[in-house]
Amino acid sequence: MYKENIYLPYLMNIERVTEEAPFVKTFRLKFANEEEGKQFTYKTGQFGEWSVFGEGESTFCIASAPTREGYIECTFRQAGRVTSALASLGEGDQIGFRGPYGNVFPIEEWYGKSLLFIAGGIALPPMRSVIWNCLDLRDKFKDITILYGARAVKDLVYKQELEAWKNMPDVNLHLTVDPGGETPEWKGEVGFVPTILDKVAPASKDCIAIVCGPPIMIKFTFPVLEKLGFADNMVYTTLENRMKCGIGKCGRCNTGSVYICKDGPVFTREQLKGIPAEY
Amino acid sequence: MDIERKLIKRASLGKLVEQLRAEGKVVLAPKKKKNVVFFEPINTIDEMSTDYIATTQSPKAAAFPKSDRILKFENGKEGIKFEGQPTSVYPETVVLGLRPCDATGFDSLTAIFNWDYKDQLYNDRLAKTTFIGISCASCDAYCFCTSVKGGPGNTHGTDILLTAVDGGDFLAEIVSEKGKKLAVSGQQYFEADSGADKEKFLANVPVKFDVDTLVPKAQNSFESPVWLEQSLRCIGCGACAYVCPTCACFDMQDETTGSKGQRVRCWDSCGFGLFTLHTSGHNPREVQSARWRQRVLHKFSYMPERLNVVGCIGCGRCSRACPVDMNLSEHLVNLAEA
Repeated sequence: MYKENIYLPYLMNIERVTEEAPFVKTFRLKFANEEEGKQFTYKTGQFGEWSVFGEGESTFCIASAPTREGYIECTFRQAGRVTSALASLGEGDQIGFRGPYGNVFPIEEWYGKSLLFIAGGIALPPMRSVIWNCLDLRDKFKDITILYGARAVKDLVYKQELEAWKNMPDVNLHLTVDPGGETPEWKGEVGFVPTILDKVAPASKDCIAIVCGPPIMIKFTFPVLEKLGFADNMVYTTLENRMKCGIGKCGRCNTGSVYICKDGPVFTREQLKGIPAEY
Repeated sequence: MDIERKLIKRASLGKLVEQLRAEGKVVLAPKKKKNVVFFEPINTIDEMSTDYIATTQSPKAAAFPKSDRILKFENGKEGIKFEGQPTSVYPETVVLGLRPCDATGFDSLTAIFNWDYKDQLYNDRLAKTTFIGISCASCDAYCFCTSVKGGPGNTHGTDILLTAVDGGDFLAEIVSEKGKKLAVSGQQYFEADSGADKEKFLANVPVKFDVDTLVPKAQNSFESPVWLEQSLRCIGCGACAYVCPTCACFDMQDETTGSKGQRVRCWDSCGFGLFTLHTSGHNPREVQSARWRQRVLHKFSYMPERLNVVGCIGCGRCSRACPVDMNLSEHLVNLAEA
C-alpha cells in the first residue's frame, strides 16, 4: 500500500510469541488493518523496520516465507534498546512495521539446481525465509543441504523446525556447535561452520550456496566454498549494516556507492568483491 | 525561463519583507548573535545581518530541519494510535540572504530525498520555500565555490538573486516561476533595471582545484594513504556535518512524555563512531580515518556516481567550524594532485 509519508509504519498485532533460544524470540504478526494485510506482499530476502512506539525502530529481515500467507514473522535477539523493548511484549500487544525493503533472493534463477544453505547463530532467520520458500517449491530443486551452527546447543534457533528438516528425506541437515558448546546428549557435529563445511564437502556442480552468519564466519566460509569449486556468482549472502530509514536516505548502510538497503541486502560474492568491505 | 532583471532599493526590500510577513509568510534571514550568524525568523529587515561571508549554519533547515516530526503516537488502553505529520501545516517560507552556493546545496538534498522513494516531508517543505539569495561581494580563504562549478553570482537554485550594486541598491534577477510570483505580488517595490554590470560587484573566488579531475581520482582513492594522514587530528565531533548544506544523513528517534510521543528524524554525522556501530559490537567503519574517507568520498565519489551530483558546494563551512582546523579544500587539492 502506498503511503505518502514514507516513514509511516503498519500497525501489527502480535499473534504468537515463540521462545527460540536464550534471549531469542519469534513474533508471528498480523496487520491490525486487514485491508493493509490483504494488499501486502513481499519476497524472500527482504527486510523491515520493526518498532516499539516510544523506543524506536530496529532493522531485521522478515523471517517467514512468502509461500506461507496470512502473517509475517520476525526473529530477534534481545540486544539493544528496541529489541529489549520488543522482548518485553507478548501476545495481543502491538508493534510497528515498515517494509518490505531491499532486494530478494532470485529463487526463480535457481530452479533446477542444488541448494546449499550455510548459517551461523542468529543468522538463520534470514535464511529460514528462503529455506521454507524453497522447501515449499521442493520439486523445483535438486539436492537441498542445510548446514547450521551455533555457539552452543542452547543457542540453536528454530529447534522444532530443525527437527522437521532432519526428518525430511529430501533434506540433508548438518548441525554443529562450536567446540565446548556441546552437551552430553548432542548428536550433531562439533566444530566451527567452515570446518564442518570442509568435512561435509558438498558438490559444487550446479549448486547455489547461500551463506549468512557473523562476519567472522563468512570470512572463513568463503575460502572453503572456493576450494569446493563454488564460483563467486554461485555464492549468495545477505548483509545487515546498521540502518535507520531502510530506503536509501539516511546514509548509514552505505558501503562505497552501494546502498545495502536498496541494492541489497542480498549480494553474490562476485558483487561483494566490487565494493569496499565496509560491512 | 529567461532571467528578468529589475532593481530593488534597500528601503523597498525592507517593505517587501513587511509585506511578506503581512501575508503570513515566515521570513528567515541571517541574524547575528555574538560571533555566529543563523537563519532565523525576522519581522523587519533591521533584524537581518549583512555582516557575513557565509552564515554559520547553512539554510538547509528550511527544508530539512535539524529535528523534524515524522509521526505522533499514543499508547492507550485500546492499543496504539498514531498519525503521520500533516505537511499542510508547514508555513510558506521565504529564505532571504542565502548565498548562491547555499542555493545550489539543495540540489544534493533533493537528489538524496528523491532518487528512489520520494520524501514527502522534505519535498513539501521545499515546495513552500522561496529563496531570495544575495550574491557574494567578498569571500574568505575557506571559500571554494568556483572549484565545484559554482560562483559568487550564480543564480542556480535561487528564485530571486540580489546583487548589491552602485549606491547600495540591489540588482534583482528573477530566476524562477516562484521568484516571478513573489516579484509580481510585491511589484510596487521593484523598479526598472539600471543596467549595472553585475560582474563588477562580485567577489573574486580563486579556483583551487578542478572538480572534473578530482572526481575520477576520488573514485580510485579508497586505499590511498591520504585518509589516515588527513584524519590524524580529527576528533570526530561532527561539527562539519552539522554546518554542511548538503549533508543529509539522519537518525530516527522516539521521544515520549507519559503515554504520548513522537518519532522524529534528526541530523546525524558519519563522523561519529556510533553512526555505523552494529548492536553486536561490530563496526564497519571502526576508525576515524575510515569515517573521514566516507565523508569525503560520499560527496566526491559516491554521490557523483549514484546521484549525478557532487555533494559539495564549496561554502567552506566545515573548515570554518572545525575545532582542529581540518581544511577541506586543502585536502581536496591534496587528493586531486595525489
